[in-house]
Amino acid sequence: MNAPARPAMQRFRADKPLLFLLCSLPLLWLALRAFGVTGLSLGPNPVEALLHGLGLWGLRLLLLTLCVRPVAVTLRQPRLMRLRRMVGLWAFTYLVLHFLTWLVLDRGLDLSGIAADIVKRPFISVGFTALLLLVPLAVTSTDRWMRRLGRRWHSLHRLIYAAALLGSLHFLWLVKADWREPAVYIAIYVALMSWRWWKRPVARPVSPTSRESA
Amino acid sequence: MRRTRPSLQPLPSEITPPDRYFSRRELITALAAVGAIGAGVHRNASAAQLKYARNPRFSLNESANSLEDITTYNNFYEFGTDKADPARNSGKFKPRPWSVTVAGECAKPGIYTLEDILKPHALEERIYRLRCVEAWSMVIPWVGFPLGALLQRFEPNSKAKYVAFKTVMRPDEMPGQRFPVLDWPYVEGLRIDEAMHPLALLAVGLYGQALPNQNGAPLRLVVPWKYGFKGIKSIVEIRFTERQPPTSWNISAPREYGFYANVNPSVDHPRWSQAQERRIGAGLFASKQATLPFNGYAEQVAGLYQGMDLRKFY
Repeated sequence: MNAPARPAMQRFRADKPLLFLLCSLPLLWLALRAFGVTGLSLGPNPVEALLHGLGLWGLRLLLLTLCVRPVAVTLRQPRLMRLRRMVGLWAFTYLVLHFLTWLVLDRGLDLSGIAADIVKRPFISVGFTALLLLVPLAVTSTDRWMRRLGRRWHSLHRLIYAAALLGSLHFLWLVKADWREPAVYIAIYVALMSWRWWKRPVARPVSPTSRESA
Repeated sequence: MRRTRPSLQPLPSEITPPDRYFSRRELITALAAVGAIGAGVHRNASAAQLKYARNPRFSLNESANSLEDITTYNNFYEFGTDKADPARNSGKFKPRPWSVTVAGECAKPGIYTLEDILKPHALEERIYRLRCVEAWSMVIPWVGFPLGALLQRFEPNSKAKYVAFKTVMRPDEMPGQRFPVLDWPYVEGLRIDEAMHPLALLAVGLYGQALPNQNGAPLRLVVPWKYGFKGIKSIVEIRFTERQPPTSWNISAPREYGFYANVNPSVDHPRWSQAQERRIGAGLFASKQATLPFNGYAEQVAGLYQGMDLRKFY
C-alpha cells in the first residue's frame, strides 16, 4: 500500500487501538487460562489447548487479513486498508507463538526430532513453510520497507496467499476424520481468492484500491 | 514426578486394604447395584457406587488421573469429535435398559440383558495405562471383569477365530452419529486369543462408580496394550467370527489404523511419531515420556504376536 497523503490536521481515530485490543483478546484469554488466573485453566491437556488455540487464532487472523481488501472495496471504505497491516502482524504473532509452543512445550526443544518432524510429516512441513513465508512479510511491513521495495513490495506480499493456503492445509491434514472445521477455513480461503481473481486489477482500473494487490 | 515403571508389582501401600475385601456373597449382592448402572449416570449425577476388589496383579503403581481428566477429556466420536464433546453431549444417553446380542460361532447365541451378562462375574478394579493413538496417555482405575470369562460362557466353537464388537446406534441420543465422520455404528474386533488374554477387560465402572455415559456406559472394552480406539464403548453386539472382522478406524483410514493397533513406539502413525506420549494431567511444562512397547504390557502380551511382522500388522 502506498502511503496515503495525510491530512495536515490528523484527527485521533480509535479504530487502530480498538483493533489492537480486539486482536490481543484471544492471547490474553489463553494467557489467563495458562496462568490459572481466578481458577481458569487450559484443561486436562494444556499444551494441546495452547498449541491449538494459538494456531487457530493465527489462521483466523491470517484469513481476516485477506478479508480486508474485499471488504474495503465492497463497502467503498478505502480507509479500512490502514488496518490491514496490524491484523497481519497479529496473525504472525500468534503463529510465531504457536510455533514456539510446539518447539518448547510440545517437543521440549528436541532439535533432531523437530527437524525430522518438519521433513517427514507433511502437515508439519506445510505449517512450517507457511510460517517461513510470513517472516519476510513481517520484516518488510514497515513504511520504510514499503518505500524501499516500491512495486516489488506488492509482489512480495502476495506470499500471504500461499501462506494462508498452506496454513489451512496444515489444519486439514492434522485432523483424524472430522474435516468439517478445516473445510470452513478452506472455503473462506477459496472465496477470498476467487474474489481476487474476479477483480483482477487489469479489469477494473477505476477504483483506487483495486490497484493494490495482496 | 510420575515415573513410568513397566513392572506391575504394586507398592505395599497399594495392596488392597483388608476392608476392601469382602465375601463372595456380598459380591453377588453387589451385582444388583451394577444393575443400577444404567440410571442415567452422567457427570454430576449421583453415580452408583460399585462393589469391587482391587486386583493388585493387574494394577500399576503409577498415580491415576483425576476423575475430572478421565471424564472430560476423551474420544467418543458418537458424541462429537472434540475431546470435551463426550462430557458435554452425552447427557441424553440412556444406558439402561441394556442388552447385548451374542451371535456367530458359539453354542449359546442370544440376546442377553446387562444383568444376565454381569451376574456371575466378580468385579475387580484394575489400574491400567491408556495410550491414545493421538500420542497422549492416562492412567485409569477401571472396574470390570475379564472379557475372556464372559466369552467362555457363550461357548465359542473351533471356528471362532475372532470376536467382533459393535457400539449402539442411537443418533437421537448420540449427536455425533448424525454426521458420517465414521461409518456408524462403530465396530471393533480382536483375535480370539487376544480376547481371551487375562488383561482384556470389560469395564462397567470407573473410580468405583458406574461408567459415566461419556466413557462408554454401560459396558465397554479395555485392551490396555492397544491404542485406545480398540476399546469400543457402549457395546450392543458380540459376534464370534471365522474371519477377521472390519474395524471402524481401519475402514476410515487403512494406512493409518490397522486391525491390531498394538501400542508400538517404533511404528509411527503416518502423520505423527508414536515414540513419545503426553501424560494428561502432567501440566503445561511437563515433558513427554517415552511410549513403551505394548504400552508397558509386553511381558504379558508380546507372546501373542510371536513371528508376526508388527510393521506390517500395525
